[in-house]
Amino acid sequence: MEKYVCNICGYVYDPAKGDPDNGVAPGTAFKDLPESWVCPDCGATVDEFEKAE
Amino acid sequence: MKKFFKAQQVSPNVWWVGAIDWNVRNFHGYLTDRGSTYNAFLIIDEKITLVDTVKAPFADEMLARISSVIDPEKIDYIISNHAEPDHSGALPAAVAAIKPEKIFTSAAGAKTLNLYYGDLGYTAVKTGDSVDLGNGKCAFVDTKMLHWPDSMVTYYDRDKLLFSQDAFGMHLACSKLWADENPWSVMEYEVRKYFANILNLYSEKVIALLDSLPGLGLDIEVILPDHGPLWRKDLDKIIQLYRDCALQAPVPRAVVVYATMWGSTKVCAEAFADGVRSKGVEVETADLLVNDRSNIMTKVAGAGLIAFGAPTMNNQVYPAMADIMNYIKGLRIKNKIAFAFGSCGWSGEGAKQIAALFDELKLEQPLPMKQVKYMPQSNETEEFFNAGAELAEKLLEKINNK
Repeated sequence: MEKYVCNICGYVYDPAKGDPDNGVAPGTAFKDLPESWVCPDCGATVDEFEKAE
Repeated sequence: MKKFFKAQQVSPNVWWVGAIDWNVRNFHGYLTDRGSTYNAFLIIDEKITLVDTVKAPFADEMLARISSVIDPEKIDYIISNHAEPDHSGALPAAVAAIKPEKIFTSAAGAKTLNLYYGDLGYTAVKTGDSVDLGNGKCAFVDTKMLHWPDSMVTYYDRDKLLFSQDAFGMHLACSKLWADENPWSVMEYEVRKYFANILNLYSEKVIALLDSLPGLGLDIEVILPDHGPLWRKDLDKIIQLYRDCALQAPVPRAVVVYATMWGSTKVCAEAFADGVRSKGVEVETADLLVNDRSNIMTKVAGAGLIAFGAPTMNNQVYPAMADIMNYIKGLRIKNKIAFAFGSCGWSGEGAKQIAALFDELKLEQPLPMKQVKYMPQSNETEEFFNAGAELAEKLLEKINNK
């Protein structure tokens, strides 16, 4: 599964790790993130993310 | 009448050309009871370069200081390390006076400056990029979210200087430019306050950046922040202070933060504090109605044990407490022992909301929240004393078991 990077702050969402602190289990693909999910570092919404190169 | 100010030389080829804001007391809600400075620097090389500017009302002061060294029109480049208006507000005035060949900033900086001031002609740079000034060069390092998306720092190799923008800075207006000329106790307090109020939420990024510094291969002899005194001696000491702030390790100190309407929560706060004191742990109480938010945050950051107490008003936690709860939540305090308490007439949402916030922040609460009705009775004040003593012991255990 592909990693996504936050355009605002550079945080990388890694599906293998998920974001357990915010209720996202490891193995969750970026497209399956809940709508309410925001970047854990800067608070940006998912539309600020791009596929990591 | 033209303003009269002089520049001050900080290294063979660099001059401080900033502004001193002696009388600012409210900096976007941060109590600056010692004022502040907006530091800008002039590099005299074949390509003359201005690093950062000042808050807009101080543009004349900066231009006067520049003019004491060189005609501003001779400046070739401007570097904007941080787009926040206290460092970029004078950019339009500087551009008008200087007509620079290029303005270097990060990619996010270019976007942000464009929104603030329109397109003044920005050249985006990133980590690994550098610009040749003739005899020396300026190398750029991205420091995204420390503390804005646009933040970056610049290293000038000829004089071994790091222009660190807000990092390692403090709000302090003083006539002595160097940190080592000022009392360390003041430097330490103001750096801790600045870190607690501006950078605490990015503590992990600060540690990562400090860890990455040796790998960048920069030979840094002087650190020039954008606020307050400059660092030329014992750089290890200021770097270690930053690491300490960022680690948020438990310290043997407690703070009891409270608000009170008819004195009941205050009675509980004082009994709790006296219990903490009985175990030899340093403690202070802070009434939210007379202490500034930024000073409360400084006290919270400097404590291993925090107790927050408030009345309930209109079925909500008391407003002044809601304000500080919102503030510490955003600043992501961590690794504290916490205690929620309060007094209420009937419904009692106040202390419950504080306890819920502590849970959300994953702070350890060894004792359940405690709330009294109307006025604490003598057995209850004793329970607060005992709670203070018990949590002080827990704090000492936590520190000793580290």
